[in-house]
Amino acid sequence: MTIPFMTIILATPMVAAIIMLAFMKNEQPTPIKVLSAIATGISLAASIYVYVSYDVASAGFQFEEFAPWVPQLGVGYHLGVDGISAPMALLTGLASFTGVLISWGIDDRPREFFAFFMLLVAGVYGVFLALDLFLLFFFYELAIFPMYVLIATWGWKVTRVYASMKLTLYILVGSVIALVGVIAMVLVAEPAIGKLSFDVVDLMEARDAGAFDVPVMGAVTFARAWFPFIFLGFGVLAGVFPFHNWSPDGHVAAPSAVSMIHAGVLMKMGAYAALRVGVQMLPQGAATHLPWMVFLTLINVVYGSMIAMVQRDFKYVIGFSSVSHMGLVSMGFATQNLQGMTGAGMQMFSHGVMTALFFASVGMVYDRAHTRDIPSLGGMWTKMPTVAFAFIVGGLTSMGMPGLSGFVAELPILIGVWRAGSTIAPYYAVIAILAATGIVVTAAYVLRIVQLVFFGEFDESKFHDVGDVTALDKTALAILVAFLFLIGIFPALMAPMVASGMAPIVQVLGGA
Amino acid sequence: MEFTEPVSLSVLLAIVPEIGLTILALIVLTIDMTTPEERRGGIGLVAAVGVAVILVANLLLGGPRASDLEGQLVLGGMLRHDTLALIFRTMVLLAGALTCLISVGLEKVGRQGEYYVIILVATLGMSLMSAAADLIMVYLGLETTSISLYVLAGFIRDDERSSESGLKYFLFGAFTSSIMLYGLSLLYGFAGQTNIYALAGPLAERLSEGAQGTFALILSLVLIIVGFGFKVAAVPFHFWTPDVYQGAPTPITAFISTASKAASFALLLRVFLAVFPSAMQPQWTALVAAMAAATMTLGNVLALPQRNIKRLLAYSSIAQAGYALIGVVAISDLGAAAVTFYMFMYVLTNIGAFTVIVLFSRATGSEDIADYAGLSRRSPYLALALVVALLSLAGIPPLAGFMGKFYLFSAAVQANMVWLAIVGVLNAIVALYYYLTVIKIMYVDSSDDDSPIQVPRAHAFTLVVTSVGVLLMGTIPSVPWFEWAVTAASGLGLPGVMN
Repeated sequence: MTIPFMTIILATPMVAAIIMLAFMKNEQPTPIKVLSAIATGISLAASIYVYVSYDVASAGFQFEEFAPWVPQLGVGYHLGVDGISAPMALLTGLASFTGVLISWGIDDRPREFFAFFMLLVAGVYGVFLALDLFLLFFFYELAIFPMYVLIATWGWKVTRVYASMKLTLYILVGSVIALVGVIAMVLVAEPAIGKLSFDVVDLMEARDAGAFDVPVMGAVTFARAWFPFIFLGFGVLAGVFPFHNWSPDGHVAAPSAVSMIHAGVLMKMGAYAALRVGVQMLPQGAATHLPWMVFLTLINVVYGSMIAMVQRDFKYVIGFSSVSHMGLVSMGFATQNLQGMTGAGMQMFSHGVMTALFFASVGMVYDRAHTRDIPSLGGMWTKMPTVAFAFIVGGLTSMGMPGLSGFVAELPILIGVWRAGSTIAPYYAVIAILAATGIVVTAAYVLRIVQLVFFGEFDESKFHDVGDVTALDKTALAILVAFLFLIGIFPALMAPMVASGMAPIVQVLGGA
Repeated sequence: MEFTEPVSLSVLLAIVPEIGLTILALIVLTIDMTTPEERRGGIGLVAAVGVAVILVANLLLGGPRASDLEGQLVLGGMLRHDTLALIFRTMVLLAGALTCLISVGLEKVGRQGEYYVIILVATLGMSLMSAAADLIMVYLGLETTSISLYVLAGFIRDDERSSESGLKYFLFGAFTSSIMLYGLSLLYGFAGQTNIYALAGPLAERLSEGAQGTFALILSLVLIIVGFGFKVAAVPFHFWTPDVYQGAPTPITAFISTASKAASFALLLRVFLAVFPSAMQPQWTALVAAMAAATMTLGNVLALPQRNIKRLLAYSSIAQAGYALIGVVAISDLGAAAVTFYMFMYVLTNIGAFTVIVLFSRATGSEDIADYAGLSRRSPYLALALVVALLSLAGIPPLAGFMGKFYLFSAAVQANMVWLAIVGVLNAIVALYYYLTVIKIMYVDSSDDDSPIQVPRAHAFTLVVTSVGVLLMGTIPSVPWFEWAVTAASGLGLPGVMN
């Protein structure tokens, strides 16, 4: 019998949540935290194993598990990973495990906090591992509610209620419209494959049989009509302009661990779903619409970084930097060629780890200094050198320093965009140049924060009780930093895998 | 139709719940007369356990016989002994049992034998509604239910709100039911038939006679919709809902909002799908689709400014009826199965929500949403139970409401009504806003009073049943439920569209 790795990854946090709610008490927080660490640790270990033993040469979906669920409607419990989702599962493992480590200090209703956190993690894993579109939705929406409660209850007092509601409604409006699109997709596919099926593999077969190229409104084909709704519906969560507005508010209001999952992983969930459901299933629609959507992603990149430049609040800088970096991911999709899309896949991982690192560091500074106002901070290097070091590594990654993972992700995207200038439309070349300026602005705001927060004068009178971070915090930072270096120095650990996942998509897009 | 069928065992099996409930009502009445009030604390428990026994007995014995559809009309065609009846009877019996259970120990109602007797009679009426196959039986079932519910809503005589609730419910109910009766009599006049399953043919003939026939049929359709619309609280016949829900004793609110609505949907499915669509589908679809969209939208929008938790759930229950109508309007196996599944999950979910409200107002005397502040600190499990219920109503996985909505919206898309599905999903978002607001108040806001809320064992049991049920119906075990619903739907004789 083979070990059901997918189910282990998915079920461990859920079981932990149930155990916590049923048997543990808020008065004894330590067992709850230990259980959380063990559960996320098991899932992380399993996802590392899956990542390492994924066979890149044969590509395709691996570690598949299947059980029928609602056979009348063709819904199945179908899990598995390919070259795109395996790194995403690993990212989820990293962010959730380190998230638990840095949340050790939670003392308000820890049982509820960690139980909801576990549910959130399970939901996120589920989206990446699902090979059934219904299942994907199931987990997508499953992740949203814990997110709401975590931010509203344990978030930053000033904006948490507003930000959490805004985030939830934004994300759900997008996703439910995409859900209607998926139901329509399944029904349109029915004649081609002879059955109702939400299964990704079956739907790809229907796609290849031309089921989505049937006209629905006049001459407009199904793929062209529905692609914008599905892509942008999920794109809301990926922070695509002009639907990015929830994201900085949400990131800032969330407690650190939740920001890490939120900006680090959740936004990738949106991009991943947009890719998996939108681009992969409806390539004809993608080829029609992505050439104009690329402008939206450009606005993300440039506008996001410029807004980040002028923030006074430390955490808002990171929030807007996420908007900017996620723009590069969608821009990578819009290139429709292998370089660009592989870069986008790498960027999802790289940005996830980097942002998790950022939000962890910001949280550590805020927990001790009790302010995130950039001008009033300063000299934190002297008190918490580990955090400063970690933040600087993250900063260098975000500006694309060679040797770190950001470089090996962003460079291919820009090359891809440039190449699309000759294959799709000439204006892509201009976009490549403009996007590169976004990276320059990124360098500027990162250096500005590093200078103002970590270096400069330390105000002993104001921050006399600021001390160093705990060993657990340092461990969390070290894990994240290690992965940034690892992928940066050995991109071959990830690039071929992502490329193997992207290649079939590029192929149906008609590119090379 | 002649009463040619001899009263045999198999006929008795078709009315297991009716027989059982009659006996049980008599038993409860006897206990009530023979026991002094101070020793009558367990009378609700007797009723609840009794209904539960009937529920199980009906599941074991009362299932339909063979699959021959003609043979399923029993007692001279008054009832139809099919899976749809079985599943809706299960719902109303479950609702009846849990309503009795959460009434135990409540001031002013908990020890009153007649209170439980009337609940049992109402359940009996609903059970008849679930199986009614003849216009006469439709009306009888409806009235048995309604009159009992009028009394129950106004049961606390010295409470102004309760009296108002009973009176309002009665006035609206009597008015709409007489309008519906007129519609039913028109139908009989046109078809010369009272059996639902024999109506379609004569009506189609009447339609073929030209415009006059069409007009008259539309008129009777509209009149009947008034009656059913009132029972399920669909817009524009929803005005009674908030006041009645707010004023009635809370367990009765739970009962009205779940069992009565579910039984009415059983009728709606039977009458609308068997009688009308084949003959006059376009008009019918347009009318009910518009009603569904209006019901969802108005219910949800009006729920937004509510400050009283019972009124909030009243408007939310209006909206829920709107979602369920989507499944009716799809006119398909999937649609009917979706409605059945949705009503089942709704019964469980709403009873769970109202149980928390019963407990909270018993302890604090308040129904204000703002007073739920800090409930997650005071009673974490109570707060969690309400979260489960509200999220299920909102349609968040892994709870039953998500699966239910998914089936409904799939049915709409399948019936080429993408617009209705979009209206539905957007409404689900509006609804999520006010459900989340309640959750926010429980988890984020804090209160001065930190004392835990007392949860008696009967109520704890109810909450476990509903919460676990909602969770199971929303996850992998939802399949058997859905299969059951599909079987029920396939007996309606609709276009088969599922593989």
